[in-house]
Amino acid sequence: MTLNNDVLVRLENTGVIRNNRWLVKGVSLEVKKEKIVTLIGPNGSGKSTTAKIALGIYKDIEGKVKKFTDKIGYVPQKISIDWTLPIRVSDFMTLTMDLKEDEINDSLELTGVKHLKDNDLRNLSGGEFQRVLIARAISKKPDLLVLDEPVQGVDFKGELSLYELIKKISDELGCGILLISHDLHVVMSATDYVVCLNGHVCCSGTPQSVVNDSKYKELFGDRASTILSVYEHDHDHTHSPDGTIENKK
Amino acid sequence: MFDDFFIRALIAGLGIALVTGPLGCFVIWRRLSFFAGTLAHSSLLGVTLAFSFDINISFSVLLISSAVALILLRLQKATKLPSDALLGLLAHSSLAIGLVVIGYLSYIRFDIMGLLFGDILAVNKRDLLVIWVGGAIILLILKIIWKPLFASTVNYELAEAEGMKPEKINAIFTILMAAVIAISIKMVGILLITGMLIIPAAMARNFANNPQQMIILSIVGGILAVIIGLYSSLQFNSASGPSIITAALVLFILSIFNIKKLKHLKK
Repeated sequence: MTLNNDVLVRLENTGVIRNNRWLVKGVSLEVKKEKIVTLIGPNGSGKSTTAKIALGIYKDIEGKVKKFTDKIGYVPQKISIDWTLPIRVSDFMTLTMDLKEDEINDSLELTGVKHLKDNDLRNLSGGEFQRVLIARAISKKPDLLVLDEPVQGVDFKGELSLYELIKKISDELGCGILLISHDLHVVMSATDYVVCLNGHVCCSGTPQSVVNDSKYKELFGDRASTILSVYEHDHDHTHSPDGTIENKK
Repeated sequence: MFDDFFIRALIAGLGIALVTGPLGCFVIWRRLSFFAGTLAHSSLLGVTLAFSFDINISFSVLLISSAVALILLRLQKATKLPSDALLGLLAHSSLAIGLVVIGYLSYIRFDIMGLLFGDILAVNKRDLLVIWVGGAIILLILKIIWKPLFASTVNYELAEAEGMKPEKINAIFTILMAAVIAISIKMVGILLITGMLIIPAAMARNFANNPQQMIILSIVGGILAVIIGLYSSLQFNSASGPSIITAALVLFILSIFNIKKLKHLKK
């Protein structure tokens, strides 16, 4: 891997052992500005672990992690809020940073949950909570966004528009994104670089090269490789988030 | 004004309530009530050391409680025993060692009841200074670390990922816990200080809908408990510590009834 000023975080041959078992092993990757790197793989393949290595959550690891920024936004896979803790959406928004009132409003507006601002965090539905998590992560305009299955539990219509939003944020802020997703359609269409994990790096590269990799086919089945071709059909129109056709050519 | 023992007790109690209020909220949020109890139990050993080497009680309690917290961390890494078993082990063994040491200090007349349950008569002007200066320092540090402390209370990994250094913050918080116990045992007693931390905060939870509100209500509840408890201890000649905690309990029970009423009204 070459030295590059645009690199935000770099993992060099990293791995984690817990209870005499490798959670993930030999992972090297780097996230650059304006690029989206996606981790895919079956359950338990070490996707979240890899993200946590990149974030510095795991302390004693094999290999090396180099972070080149402190402005990081993180959407964890799951968070449970204890009943004993009374906390509103607005309190949660300013958890790790100071935000002005309109910065809070703008971020919540972007993910479509501004109306929930004064609600208790524990009263939100799964999808609403994810939207708040994303809003919080983007609100301080981070250099690096780490999104661990950011749209889980979000309705179909919301899912697409949230992915569009993530793409838009990456373009506008110029931030790098490390994304974990099961949604192969999205991964293959919107990602710059794909890392396919199964305890180790199975294969990695551009979406095209990964889809055609035999290891990828082994892991996800033959149908998974048709995804790219399905997705890359010629569009003579675009869809709005609810599916209606716009801009017909 | 500070010559009246009752006024001294009142001022001491109010100082303690100001500090236990916010810390108690964190004890509840982080599920540390057993941990607080362990630190408090170990403070008896701190008291006996203070007498043995003729050093300030609060200082030696702070020292011993911090040491116990450190030992706990080491034990957690060294064994697979669950935390509650380790806490019980540390709480009662340090209490036992404290009592054994007391037995050897026969030349000093110990007021064991006063140590365990607090004694208003024991509060002198110097204690007031320790409580208010110590309390002010604790609150100041709490204010400084508020954001990272709260963030790591909500979610440790999120705090770690976004540069809040939760490990360091947790260590500071543990020392603050030891410190609040150190300044309050003379007043409330070893066995009851945990109650002073938890009960007002638990009451506050029944009303609050955001963290700041819960902290303010917890302080108010603590202050009310001190005032009501001390006046009734004067009235009925009861021990100060237990009276304060009983008053806090009454407030807590009232808060439950109030909640039920509110819910009823909403329907």
